[in-house]
Amino acid sequence: MAPMMWSPVLAQAADPGVMHEVTLAHYLFVAVAMFVLGVVGFLTRRNLIIMFLCTELMFQAAGIALIAFGRFYLEYTGQSFVIFVVTVAAAEAAMALALVVLLFRKRESLSAEAWQELKG
Amino acid sequence: MTTTTDILTLAAAGGIEPGAGLTMLVPVLTLLGTLLCGLCAAFKVKSKLPAWLSVACLAGSFVAIAATYADLGHQQRLAHGFEWINFSYTGTDGQPVTFKANFAFYIDSLTLLWMLFVTGLATLIALYASEYMSHDQGTGYCRFFAAFNLFVFSMACLVMGDNLLLLYLGWEGVGLCSYLLIGYFYTRPSAVAAAKKAFIMNRIGDLGLALGIMLTFVHFGSVEYAVIFEKARPYIDALKAGHLDEIPLVASFIPILLMIGAFGKSAQLPLYVWLPDAMEGPTPVSALIHAATMVTAGVYLIARTYPLFLLSDVALPIVGWVGASTALLAATIGMAQFDIKRIMAYSTVSQLGYMFAGLAVLSPVGGASHVFTHAFFKAMLFLSCGAVMHGFAGQLDLRKLSGLFRMPGWKVVSVAMLVGCLNLAGFPLITAGYWSKDIILAEAFVNMPGVGWVLLITAGLTAYYTFRVFFRVFMGPTHYEPGDEVHGHDAHGHGDAHGHDHGHAHHDDPHGHGPAVTATAHDPHAGHDFHPHAPGWAINTVLAVLALASFAIVPLMLTGEHHGWAGGMVEHSSAAYHTVGTSGYLEAAHGHGPHDHGHTHGHDHDHDHGQAHGTFLGMDPHKVMYYVSGVVGLLGIAAAFWLHLAGRTSAASSRADALVPAMGPLAGWARGKWFVDEFYDALIVKPLWVISHIFHVIDTLIVDGLVNLVGWVPRALGGVLRPSQSGQLHGYAAGMAGGLALLLIIVLWVTLR
Repeated sequence: MAPMMWSPVLAQAADPGVMHEVTLAHYLFVAVAMFVLGVVGFLTRRNLIIMFLCTELMFQAAGIALIAFGRFYLEYTGQSFVIFVVTVAAAEAAMALALVVLLFRKRESLSAEAWQELKG
Repeated sequence: MTTTTDILTLAAAGGIEPGAGLTMLVPVLTLLGTLLCGLCAAFKVKSKLPAWLSVACLAGSFVAIAATYADLGHQQRLAHGFEWINFSYTGTDGQPVTFKANFAFYIDSLTLLWMLFVTGLATLIALYASEYMSHDQGTGYCRFFAAFNLFVFSMACLVMGDNLLLLYLGWEGVGLCSYLLIGYFYTRPSAVAAAKKAFIMNRIGDLGLALGIMLTFVHFGSVEYAVIFEKARPYIDALKAGHLDEIPLVASFIPILLMIGAFGKSAQLPLYVWLPDAMEGPTPVSALIHAATMVTAGVYLIARTYPLFLLSDVALPIVGWVGASTALLAATIGMAQFDIKRIMAYSTVSQLGYMFAGLAVLSPVGGASHVFTHAFFKAMLFLSCGAVMHGFAGQLDLRKLSGLFRMPGWKVVSVAMLVGCLNLAGFPLITAGYWSKDIILAEAFVNMPGVGWVLLITAGLTAYYTFRVFFRVFMGPTHYEPGDEVHGHDAHGHGDAHGHDHGHAHHDDPHGHGPAVTATAHDPHAGHDFHPHAPGWAINTVLAVLALASFAIVPLMLTGEHHGWAGGMVEHSSAAYHTVGTSGYLEAAHGHGPHDHGHTHGHDHDHDHGQAHGTFLGMDPHKVMYYVSGVVGLLGIAAAFWLHLAGRTSAASSRADALVPAMGPLAGWARGKWFVDEFYDALIVKPLWVISHIFHVIDTLIVDGLVNLVGWVPRALGGVLRPSQSGQLHGYAAGMAGGLALLLIIVLWVTLR
């Protein structure tokens, strides 16, 4: 039991006697998990599309955190802001994928290491 | 002629005084000529069209000037073109100062005299050049005639402008055209060097002129002649009364500065060295610009501002001695040269010295008369030399040409050359050159006897070197060697290249006898298959017209009461300003001065001078100079005949060769042009070269070093940071993530502490 106690979410889940309530901490846990997954994926993978998906993951993690904060503090600025974020993300995804296609055509490769032109 | 009516309408509106309106046609027509020649170049015209356009424009200008003269005679008129510069400011004393320089012409007889021979000769020489430049038909031809027209435009501004600033505009304009035309054969390094030399030498003189104009404005408050002369009148009155000390010192600096400009433009000591080198240009240019017109601009400047030159008691003596020394020096150099065009160039320098001396001895009449006669005969001499050069593939060495008089097709050139030589040598009675030179000599002996003696010696030397050329090249056994422009393009030896590098003749024989062509008149096909090609109708016509004109002006020199027609033209202008309404006041002024200027001017035999003045060996110069100068001229011609014609059997050697060892080093020095160029080189060019190289080192080490240090510091700093930019996306991502983590840790540490 003790190893789980560092997380309030897991601690709550581990206590079967309590009426389980979804708290802010749960949402933030999911957001952090998604964000870390994104960071790790971005740093470890070489495929441009995968790396791009990882950035999307981080993006959405931030979105979840914003909505959660907005909901729990009854402050709807955060939630409305996310609508903009999602819109921008959609546009940006279209652009980025197009760029990836162009980059692929130039080098016949999706590896990020094929592009090192900005080396100092 | 819509242009004429336009000009006349303009005249009614813009304040052109009646009778002077036609002069405005000259700048209009010449600018139009420049423009049309430019258009010809743009449309790649290959015919002689630019030449005919130029001849038409220049002839129109001449007719306009001639009509103006017929209308006005000796009257003075102002023709206001448009307002050019006009502004006011508050001077240092709080008074408003106005600087006004209009594009306006001041027409008087001096102006008309100059414009008559400038436009007349320009027309004839353009006609001559239509044939002479025919090798270059195409862009070069258009370029030549465009510059030619622009030159006449500038000359019109210089001579007709009613203020010193317009004169300065023309002054620089003719300098520019001179530069462009000397450097016409721009692929030839010697021509480019000569053009630069002429331009730079003239800049030195022009600095003096510019300072003179500024000082004139500062002192007199205007650059317009009418205002200047009006303001100078009290000084002249003071001079009349013998109070030379009432003239402010500043006013006496003005002529000295103006004089420097005149010395540069008119090739006088110490700025004369550019003119002989200017012979690199095409011969029509040498004839028009560097013999007849542009180089007389200095004489015009002094004649026009003569009242100002009277304000200083040293200015005119300086002009006189500089002129006399230049005349003698150039004559001695001319005696020892072999290139006939250079000899003519040195004789131009020498004759310009005569004109300056003439101005200085209180005889602007003599100076201007000599300008007038010299323009005709010197243009003719140059054009004859040009015809020879044209026909013999650039050959100008008098040791390699002989007896052209007897060759078929060369009669007109030979006769024109003879007439020119007689004029230059001052052959008595029948030549105009004799009469104009005589006025100067007589007046010189009266007012500055030292100058008179120098000029008299020069007259003898002039006659000798002039006829040395004539007897060597045109008389004696027929013999010729072509120059190095032979390219065998066609039967007449037309070449497209024009280099005539005199050091490289066709042979290596130092005595000049190598594979020489000794051809008779009947066998022109001998030797290198070279055909001298005799001049065509355009060249012959121009030479014939000039030869006739130079005789036609002899009666002009003898009519009227002021030493002929040209003298009368000068007498009615500002050059004779000092005599208007008074008589002999300069005796009072200069008679007591240190320079003993005897009296004003003229061969007035009946005038009782009343005081001691210079004499010629105790006789009155006005009475004996006719005979003396005639005899001196004949002696020179006789010497040339004895040394260079009598008993001569080959082109390369003559009796004069035996004299050379007897002369000791003098002959070599004269042949080396007294090493003036070398002296300038050692005195100015070499030190400047050394200094500039020192500065070059300082520049590279210190100035460049500092600038490079400023550039090097950021680059070195960048070198330290450069490895962080690996170009790898993951590197940047890890950096960002690490940075974010670091930031988080710091925030946590700060908040939880």
